[in-house]
Amino acid sequence: MSTFRIGTGAGFSSDRLEPAVDLVERGELDAIVLECLGERTVAFGHRDRMADPARGYNSLLERRMRALLPACRTGGTTMISNMGAANPRAAAERTLAVARELGLKGLKVACIEGDNVSALVPPDQPFMDEPGSLADIDMPIVGMNAYLGADAIMPALEAGADVIIGGRLADPSMFLAPLAHRFGWQPNDLARLGAGTLVGHLLECGMQVTGGYFADPGVKDVENLAQCGYPIAEVQADGSAVITKLDDTGGCVSTATVKEQLLYEVHDPARYLTPDVTADFSRVEIAATGPDRVKVSNAGGTARPDTLKVTVGFDGGYQGEAGVSYAGPAAQERGQLAAEIVAERMARVHGITSDLRVDLIGVSSLFATAGIRATEAQDVRLHVALRSRSKEHAELMLWEVESLLCCGPAGGGGYRGAITPSVITKSVLIPRERVKPTLLVQVA
Amino acid sequence: MNAPRRNARRIFRDIAHARAGDKGNTSNVNVWAYDPADFELLKRTLTAERIKQTFPHLIRGTVTRYELPQLYGLNFVLQDALEGGVNSSLNLDSHGKSWSYLILGLELDDSNEDRPAG
Repeated sequence: MSTFRIGTGAGFSSDRLEPAVDLVERGELDAIVLECLGERTVAFGHRDRMADPARGYNSLLERRMRALLPACRTGGTTMISNMGAANPRAAAERTLAVARELGLKGLKVACIEGDNVSALVPPDQPFMDEPGSLADIDMPIVGMNAYLGADAIMPALEAGADVIIGGRLADPSMFLAPLAHRFGWQPNDLARLGAGTLVGHLLECGMQVTGGYFADPGVKDVENLAQCGYPIAEVQADGSAVITKLDDTGGCVSTATVKEQLLYEVHDPARYLTPDVTADFSRVEIAATGPDRVKVSNAGGTARPDTLKVTVGFDGGYQGEAGVSYAGPAAQERGQLAAEIVAERMARVHGITSDLRVDLIGVSSLFATAGIRATEAQDVRLHVALRSRSKEHAELMLWEVESLLCCGPAGGGGYRGAITPSVITKSVLIPRERVKPTLLVQVA
Repeated sequence: MNAPRRNARRIFRDIAHARAGDKGNTSNVNVWAYDPADFELLKRTLTAERIKQTFPHLIRGTVTRYELPQLYGLNFVLQDALEGGVNSSLNLDSHGKSWSYLILGLELDDSNEDRPAG
């Protein structure tokens, strides 16, 4: 068989499950990847683990495994995921327990560790992409994770693992590894590594390439978006691939959906850095070859960086958010008055001026700093946000906004307020030889 | 597919589509002409300088433009353009996901053929 079929079963930590089950059941996949980790997700995972040593992995892991493992077993589909987040070992144990409950005897579960490099990074390590160093941040560090590449995943594939779970496995590397394993791509075959990285990059955000995050009624209409299907890549040994999805699923794969994802979170298209290769997407060709079928080719690559990126998470205290709404005649003026009252009282009564933001949703919020304001809004919402090391500051802000109900402008209603934990992340680099991935394979 | 809105000047949304992404405090917005015939117009009128000058309070750093002519696309990298980034921004959209529509909402200045290429 010359084509390798690889799909996505999650493109972020809270992504949908039932389309993933459909994909594994009908997709005849060689491998499925569940990409569930962002910079902040892993930091929150560390906080969870500190509170309970058995936690720190993706909170949907058990539910996902229960739904997907039987179909993966039946179809001979290898699963690769970074759902281990800040605790891959506990995630692997949980997966083994689910497999045993489901009677999936003999299922091989691989756990990749070694991405937690807290002990390996100097306390004054300079930041990767801004002035300053770790020593400048006056907050407790919760964890440090290096991005592991395909070379950390390869030994698990060679060991014949059915399920591969890690922590900070780099997104495209989870796709590149099974491709390189199947086709025998070598570490010096940079064009092929670039091509496999392109496949990974296009698929790593799940439905963002099959019509998700794309629809704009009237100019970019997408059919049946509510039942959007996850993507499949049919990859050839030369690295070219067709991006497609299952028949009878919603969404669409078009040159336009593929283009938008091609440069999603990419800066210089000729230099997309991963642990495996410096990928070159600048000369990529994209062509529709049939309904919901788009061929991608001509990616390239140059040598991989000598360093690995490390995400450092800090405990950032708390973020408070609260709001009240105003509607009808002069809603905008009443909302504006409410905003001024909150700002004045936070400063004069409570002495809190920093890290406070007051927006008027419906008039100017997302584009407020860009200087764009609507002029005729009749349904506006005061939105106040504050970040602080002190939970009390956040509570005081919520109290002030709620007090507008009796003490603020006329006709305010619909108060809501919430306080959530906050994490801060920074990036540093580590020489790759200092990072030593480890592999543990267990059988259900 | 890209019919102009009634009673309004054309905007970039009428000829192009876009997606925004974030890394730290840097935003990138990729912009693609629907019709290859509009790519020259897009290149000529949607310059890095115009974006930087239109949003001086939001975009504190440099704007770099990359071109993918074979796909009729542009990629803008906006440094220091996320109000501190997802960690410190108190914007509801702390990732700047909506910056794609900030750019698509700009007026398509296709009347001035003398505008220098950028």
